Amino acid sequence: MIKKTQREIFTHIILILLVIILAFPVFFALVTSTLSFQESYQYPPKLTPGSQFIDNLKEAWSRINIGRLFFNSALISVVVAIVKTILALLAAFAYTHFKFPGQGLLFSLCMITQMLPLPVRIIPTYQLMAAFNWINTYYALMVPFFASTTGILLFRQFYLTVPRDLPDAARVDGASPIRYFLQILVPISKTNIAALFVIEFIFMWSQYLWPLIVTTTGEMRVIQIGIKMLLASEQIAPEWNVIMAATIIAMLPPLVVLLILRKSFVEGIAMQTAK
Amino acid sequence: MHEDRFPGHKFLPYLLIAPSIVVIFVFLIGPFGQSIYESFFVSTPFGTKTIYVGLRNYIRLFSSPDYLNSVVVTFKFAAFVIIIGLSISLAIAQLLNQKIRGMGFYQIFLIWTYALSPTVAGVIWASMFAPATGLIPYLVSKLFPGYTMNWMTNGQLALFIVAAAATWKMLGYNIVFFLAGLQNVPGEFLEAAQIDGASPWKTFWRITFPLLSPTTSFLLFVNTLYAFFQVFGLIDIMTHGGPGNATELLVYKLYRDGFIHINTGFASAQSFIIFSVISVVAIIQLRIVTRRAIYYR
Repeated sequence: MIKKTQREIFTHIILILLVIILAFPVFFALVTSTLSFQESYQYPPKLTPGSQFIDNLKEAWSRINIGRLFFNSALISVVVAIVKTILALLAAFAYTHFKFPGQGLLFSLCMITQMLPLPVRIIPTYQLMAAFNWINTYYALMVPFFASTTGILLFRQFYLTVPRDLPDAARVDGASPIRYFLQILVPISKTNIAALFVIEFIFMWSQYLWPLIVTTTGEMRVIQIGIKMLLASEQIAPEWNVIMAATIIAMLPPLVVLLILRKSFVEGIAMQTAK
Repeated sequence: MHEDRFPGHKFLPYLLIAPSIVVIFVFLIGPFGQSIYESFFVSTPFGTKTIYVGLRNYIRLFSSPDYLNSVVVTFKFAAFVIIIGLSISLAIAQLLNQKIRGMGFYQIFLIWTYALSPTVAGVIWASMFAPATGLIPYLVSKLFPGYTMNWMTNGQLALFIVAAAATWKMLGYNIVFFLAGLQNVPGEFLEAAQIDGASPWKTFWRITFPLLSPTTSFLLFVNTLYAFFQVFGLIDIMTHGGPGNATELLVYKLYRDGFIHINTGFASAQSFIIFSVISVVAIIQLRIVTRRAIYYR
């Protein structure tokens, strides 16, 4: 018994050490964001927080329009995550509840998407945006991302486990497929919807290469590019305190989304992994 | 595999998948085909004329030391991110996969780095490693007096640091999936092995690891995509591919050739080569997953 307790304490110690090591870079960023410029260049480096966070943030705000960039990032992340979820729900419903000619082929087509990440088609996709006159618009930032293989697979996996009495009962009761979908299938997919929302929100919030290419003016930039702009504007010594204040703001929304939806996210992944 | 649950609705399924299919055709398959096509052309400096050149873009790529350097750098980088990243994540997940108090707490605080973007990871690591003034060079100079750590002049060191930063950011994601995979390993198998007197080490490699192979191969694929493409922001923030071209990953070279030097044919050929690599990894993943399915029946 004593041996078991000892082992448990040992596990706790290792886990706590891991938590600290993993968190250290962000802790360091947090501290830096609260220092004055002089403090941030103190030698040896300072590891205790200062009181300049608001000033640093104001400074970052005046150099790049953080409010606007933040809004752009939030807008494209929320819209893309929602649209992707809707399209994936519809497609998964079709693939699992109907039989139709060309089904296999159309399903493979969706799966191929996984192998075509942006860089393998980047130049023509950019040319397409130019042809649509979409350069420097929200359309360019959002529409090319609307298809979601991850989502289709996630919902398909789940719908294959739904007892077949459910659609049968709905049909006997005279419910249309759409009504069955909206009133039964979507509500029981809550966990998977939340999991997909987390994945897609974080994915969009992290986008960098595509926004860099398709936006040309300050007010269409996203927050990730904002960090680059802050860093690039520096001459000799980067003002890490100012940059980190902006970085802290940039990391908050996806963290909040993950923390709020963590339970559903983890459960959704577990469902997906179980075969 | 399944039956038609709503017979008599002939057009509805097509209508339901239409939005996804349209997006896939217009923004993915179409441009991908166009990209292959453009890889056989070069355009004149002002883009006024394009000339068919056959395989010349590809030949030029494979005879370019810069490009071959990018290939080597990318493979080194990806190997680090995948091998080190997956090993550490699996070890942590294994540690988490037991009944101890405070599991929820540990879970949150070990997976949260997933929510950080590569750009954020890059800027934080760049500040920690800032030559002469950063925290880590300071610690290193205390531990090894006389050695100055400067990744802006040392290419190998720079590659190591960007790879470490990229790995750190991805740990959270990998842990979530490994933990889910581990929790699906049937407990009876492990108990049976224990009763038979197998050591935990042996049990892990003989039972847990093979049963985990679908998760592992999935993560292998996702991490390959990550190491090849999604780290673009991290590289752009931290090193711009430098010093020299020590950290110029394929995706970064592609961006430079396509969008800075506006050499579309050349860049399109690079796109196709990257696609080929990804396909190989995808096929490997698929084989592992299907083999496991057969073995299970």
